[in-house]
Amino acid sequence: MNIDSIKNGIVIDHITAGRGMEIYHLLGLDKLDCSIAIIKNVHSNKMGKKDIIKVDSDIVIDTNVLGYVDPGVTVDIIKDGVLVEKKRISLPSEIKNVILCKNPRCITSTEQELPHIFRLTDPKNRVFRCIYCETKAD
Amino acid sequence: MKHLIDIQELSTNDIQELLDIAEDILKDPVKYSEKCRGKKLATLFFEPSTRTRLSFEAAMYELGGNVLSMASAASSSAAKGESIADTAKTISNYADIIAMRHPKEGAPLVAAMNATIPVINAGDGGHNHPTQTLADLLTIYCEKGRLDNMTIGLCGDLKFGRTVHSLIAAMARYSNVKFILISPVELKVPSYVKKDILQQKNIEYVQTTDLEAVMPELDVLYMTRVQKERFFNEEDYLRLKDSYILTPEKLKNAKSDLSILHPLPRVNEIAVAIDNDPRACYFKQVYYGKIMRMSLILKALEVL
Repeated sequence: MNIDSIKNGIVIDHITAGRGMEIYHLLGLDKLDCSIAIIKNVHSNKMGKKDIIKVDSDIVIDTNVLGYVDPGVTVDIIKDGVLVEKKRISLPSEIKNVILCKNPRCITSTEQELPHIFRLTDPKNRVFRCIYCETKAD
Repeated sequence: MKHLIDIQELSTNDIQELLDIAEDILKDPVKYSEKCRGKKLATLFFEPSTRTRLSFEAAMYELGGNVLSMASAASSSAAKGESIADTAKTISNYADIIAMRHPKEGAPLVAAMNATIPVINAGDGGHNHPTQTLADLLTIYCEKGRLDNMTIGLCGDLKFGRTVHSLIAAMARYSNVKFILISPVELKVPSYVKKDILQQKNIEYVQTTDLEAVMPELDVLYMTRVQKERFFNEEDYLRLKDSYILTPEKLKNAKSDLSILHPLPRVNEIAVAIDNDPRACYFKQVYYGKIMRMSLILKALEVL
């Protein structure tokens, strides 16, 4: 299968196989006009299978979202057809408005304007907790 | 320390400093009677809590300060739909410090994020109530002369009681503290408290349903109320309720220097006959609560 290489844009690589679509939606890529390729189940020596997303536009993506959903992905920045930067995305210390607190007793349930912020409290077990009520993210 | 939202944000040194200030107030209250002259405390209570509010207000008056208080949440701008953030920004122009109670978890944190003056959490739903825990610590510290090397029994509703979870977390900082958790099976300490605090810090604890059997071991007994509404059926409640009522008979084998605490209000879980026992500390605990709030206000306002 051939997918054209991109000139100016980003390549999100090493996505856990099957998570490509989820990341596509979470990053809001469905709202873009440019060419986007979601490649599923690509052979990988390290991972066995992986997904890749190529975006043919010089956009800025929320790496915290990526790190929360799938730590270990890499983001390649391509400029004039050349790889200028390769970022390995790790687990973020905080995520904002990525997930919503489901605790009905949390202040976010009544104050609609508040950002939903979750903080990493246990990196080993990837536990994020709401900063307001400390409820664990699902 | 600018705000106090969760006691876990305080270092052991911070807590010691608050205890030291409180001890000094106890020794010489006159020295502190003008420290907050010209300062105002706003008590923002979005749900009723007469004792906590009065304790904060009494604390501020004893420091020579003044108090701004709203009559009730129903008459406040919150009833008109004002956000916590806007309320905090507004009150920052009137007062020097805020004590806030709110039924929603995290509301005082939102206030702290938006206020330009210190915010003290006076209870946010079933979440945190740090000044109660500090009052408990001061009571134990003054009555026992230490916070380490002791056996603490916590009795009653250990599942839903936030004061219990918070006290376990706070006391777990000190060395050689053993916990005896006394409750009906239905109201045992939640597993996350055991896992995240006791097991993680390798702290000795015992779970039991029998108060009398463990009584001789205890240096401190922290009583809480077993509430009827926590049970699935009335039969279980009726079967268990008397097991967790402290009576003079149950104290027969207790140490002579035991300290009995209770966050109050009490319903019937401690017999009135115990009130005159020198080991009963629960009304002194209320006094210590006021002193600790004085200590907190002084530290937050940096007027020492």
